[in-house]
This record gives sequence, structure tokens and C-alpha cells, in this order.
Amino acid sequence: MKNLIILGAGTSGTMMANHLVSKLPKNEWKITIVDQYKTHYYQPGFLFLPFDIYKEKDVKKEGKKFIPKGVTYIQKRIEKIVPEENKVQLENETLSYDVLIVATGSKIAPQETEGMKGPKWHKNIFDFYTYEGALALRNKLRSWKGGKLVIHITEMPIKCPVAPLEFAFLADTYFRKKGMRDNVEITYVTPLSGAFTKPKATAALHYLLEEKGIKELIDFNIDRVDYENNKIIDYGDIAVDYDLLVTTPTNMGDDLIKRSGMGDALNFIPTNKATLQSLANENIFVIGDASNIPASKAGSVAHFEAEVLTENIQNYIKGKELKEEFDGHANCFIETGNGKALLIDFNYEQEPVRGNFPFPVVGPLSLLKESKLNHLGKLAFRWIYWNMLIKGISIPFVTAKMTKKGKYITN
Amino acid sequence: MKKMLAEKTVEVNEEGYLLQFAQWDKDIANAIAVEEKVELIDRHWKAIEWIQNEYKNDSPLSIRGIKNSGTLNIKEFYELFPGGPLKKASKIAGIPKPKSCI
Ligand SMILES: Cc1cc2nc3c(=O)[nH]c(=O)nc-3n(C[C@H](O)[C@H](O)[C@H](O)COP(=O)(O)OP(=O)(O)OC[C@H]3O[C@@H](n4cnc5c(N)ncnc54)[C@H](O)[C@@H]3O)c2cc1C
Repeated sequence: MKNLIILGAGTSGTMMANHLVSKLPKNEWKITIVDQYKTHYYQPGFLFLPFDIYKEKDVKKEGKKFIPKGVTYIQKRIEKIVPEENKVQLENETLSYDVLIVATGSKIAPQETEGMKGPKWHKNIFDFYTYEGALALRNKLRSWKGGKLVIHITEMPIKCPVAPLEFAFLADTYFRKKGMRDNVEITYVTPLSGAFTKPKATAALHYLLEEKGIKELIDFNIDRVDYENNKIIDYGDIAVDYDLLVTTPTNMGDDLIKRSGMGDALNFIPTNKATLQSLANENIFVIGDASNIPASKAGSVAHFEAEVLTENIQNYIKGKELKEEFDGHANCFIETGNGKALLIDFNYEQEPVRGNFPFPVVGPLSLLKESKLNHLGKLAFRWIYWNMLIKGISIPFVTAKMTKKGKYITN
Repeated sequence: MKKMLAEKTVEVNEEGYLLQFAQWDKDIANAIAVEEKVELIDRHWKAIEWIQNEYKNDSPLSIRGIKNSGTLNIKEFYELFPGGPLKKASKIAGIPKPKSCI
């Protein structure tokens, strides 16, 4: 028997287990998946927890339930990958593999910024990228009297890069509904050159910030948090005061990648952006947030990657050439508050443009334009996630390769 | 769109970033620098060379990258390209502007 091992049973790992179980001959291949936690979190739901839109139960389920029969599930911490020996060391056992898929994701690293994870962490400095952070923030917001709310991104890349902006929009709606919007000053602080940086999106969407009275501070590269005086300070010595800081800390691959000597400066694994094979080892493949490919770190991207990777794993096993198929396709709903949302669709080459999705002209979802239907789409995504996406059931009409039909492409 | 820089015609985007790195040379860098009100001295050229190497290796320009580079220090980088150093430095080095997904 040969061994295929999947590291991480999050969005990507779970999808790959479901795809591969029916594709690899059972009498030749044993598939094993390893994760440290019992719980599988629906991370996109963390955006809604702080505003009491979702409850705890909406965002967590037992991970094992989504692993198909025929795949061995091991709940243990992964210590180290030893590529030279084709081995993976777990807490107290060692596994050998013929093919390895790394799907260990990325996580926040607030300790990377001086003063962030200090005595004020989860007191008046919060993240909403973790279950614990989102819940702590919810409890804070329930009783917060108002003041300066600063929504901040530490550095790129972060997963779901629009989530902080969505947070700003939802915060505006939340405080309005509570009748306290006048008591809250919302500032969006980003290291990028704008809340939106691509020309078409900027032109189509900048009005949202103005309409909601959200201030924008750009090109801000944080040096440290002065938690005693409630300020964030950048390398150019610009300081921003806050009463409540909602930051998205540096995102990094798991320490395991560092221990294994396989990552870049942020513990992401150098990976071929079209085949998803790791650059250093031909029998190691990387999917989802764990890789360094220049695609967005998002569940929808992982979904498209999974289709390409499933084919390539089969190609690799049969000794065939790998397909250079992955085009960076991403497809995201963006909450804009007031029960509306946007939908964007883009890849490595093509920036988001206006149009309709998934069908040209008729949609029904409109691209790069606010609508109530898109908001329902975003909420429906939770159902799709638990019931289709991670189970590897393909979503009708949405293909791994991006289509340009029905889009207003001028360049 | 086309633009005249240092008596050469180059392709730039709406914001003046070069579209083809192959069209970059030192005279063009100087011309862009003048527009950005930066006077290029030795230390700038070192920074530009490092940035271009990173770009060729497909690694996006970032503050962290600069911190870990060993060639540049952050404070110095801010002094060299005051007000939006990543943007200014990219533009002068002839590489695309650092961007997010939308
Ligand atoms: C606030 C927020 C909002 C988001 N919104 C959206 C959205 O609207 N749309 C969208 O498409 N995406 C969204 N995302 C992104 C999406 O959740 C991720 O891109 C996706 O989950 C990535 O899947 P993954 O499998 O690569 O990583 P993960 O799902 O994070 O899984 C990694 C797994 O590896 C395990 N692991 C890691 N290290 C070890 C170790 N050493 N030992 C054992 N196990 C380990 C972890 O326990 C985890 O289960 C959002 C994310 C956040 C945080």
C-alpha cells in the first residue's frame, strides 16, 4: 500500500480528502488526514460574530463529520515534516508518505508587532480572525459606549483581504441600528495605497466609504502599538489614536513549516502557482492559505485549487505531466452593510470588473455592484460551505477556470 | 498610455507606473524621481537595485521584506522616499504598485 497524507483538516484539507477518496484506487492507496483540533471552524462567519449576526453554533462543527469513510482521521499536533525521509512527525508517532498535501493554512501572529499582544490584548485591542477574538470583540461591542474605532491591517498578505473593510461597513450599520453612530468615529487604516487599490474597483466602490462616513488612512505601515496611550504608530512616526482597535495582525503559516525549514519569511511554502506542486519537493503539494502563491487567501480560491490539485495528484501518481491549470481564480462576496453585498470575480491576470454572475447578462448576481441578492448570496455561502464546498460537491455553474463572458472587460 | 520621460516614450498606467519593466533605465528613474520630488543619490540606487531583484524573484515588495533584507533599514527607507515609500520606490524602480485584490 502507498500512503497519501493530508496535513490540516480545514477548508482545503477536508475538500481534498473528499475529492481524492473516490479517485485513488482503494487497494493501492491509503489516505490519512491529520489535524490538531476536534472543531472545524467556518472562518468567514467570524466576520458576523462580533455584530451578533451569527451565533457560536453557526461557525463550528465537529471536523470528523466531514471526513469521508475510507480516509483515516488522526487528531494530533503535527511537529515536523522531514522531506528528505518522506516522513511526518506527529506528537508521538511518525508517518511515512509517498505523496504529501500540506493544507495547514495561515493564522494571526500578533506577537510580530511590538505592543499588540500586550496587556491590552482582547481588552481594547482585538482581532476578529480567530474564534476567541471575534467572541471577545462581540462582548466588548455589546457594552461599548462609543469613541474612536480604528480598523487596521498590519501587513499583507492576509486571508480574505477584504474582511477588514467589510468589518468597517458592518460596524457602520451596527452602530446606526443601535442609535449611536454619532458617538463613533470609524477610521480604516491600511498599509496599502487605498481601501481599494485596483483602478476599476476604486472607481466603482470608493463612494461606499464616503457614504458611510468612514475615514481612510492609507500607506500606514505599523511600527508598534503604544497600548499605554492608545495609539498605533507607523515607521514614518504618524500616530493614530484609538479607543477601540480592531486590528488584523500579521498572517503567517504555522510554526510547523518553520520547524521543517520549508517556508519563506512568513512561513508560507514556495509553490508553483499553476500546478500547486511545492518548488522544493516533487512529491509535496500545497493547497490553500499555506502556500506562497500570489492568489487571495480565501476559501473560494481553495475550492478552485482543489479541482486542479485533484487532477494533478492523479497525474503525478501515474507519472504524467502536471497540468498548469490554476489561474488564481477568486470569487468573493463582500458585505457592504445595510443588508447589501458586492460580488467580485477575478484571477491572476484579470482585475474585478462589472458584469453578471454566474450567467452572462442574466446573472442573477451582479459583479462589482451592491445588491440585496448578493447579501443573500453571502449568507447562503455558509450553507454551501458546510453542505457542498468542504464535502467536495461541485457548485453548479461555477468553474475553476475563470470565465470572461458577461463581464465588461475593456482592457 | 504613452508618456515622454527623459526624451523616451514609455508605456505607463493612469498613475504613472511603468507597464513594461524592460523600458526602465536610470534616466527614466531620474525623471520619475523628479516628479516625485526625490533626488536620487547613491543610497537610493542601492535600494532600487534591491527592489528590482525582489521583483524579478516574484516576491512582492513589503516592509517586512525590507526589514529582513540586510541591505536596507526601515527608517532609512522612509527617509529616502518620504510619504508613501513603497509606492514611490516602486514607481521609480519601474515595477508595479503594491496592490490588494480589489
Ligand atoms: C474573518 C475571516 C473571514 C473570511 N471570509 C471569507 C469569505 O468570505 N470567503 C472566503 O472564500 N474565504 C474567507 N475567509 C478565508 C478562509 O476561511 C480561508 O482562506 C480558508 O479557511 C483556508 O483554508 P485552509 O484549508 O488553507 O486553512 P484552514 O481552513 O485555516 O485550515 C488549516 C488547518 O490546519 C490545521 N493545522 C495547522 N497547523 C497544524 C499543526 N501543526 N498540527 C495539526 N494541525 C494543524 C489547523 O488546525 C486547521 O484546521 C475568511 C477568513 C477569515 C479569518
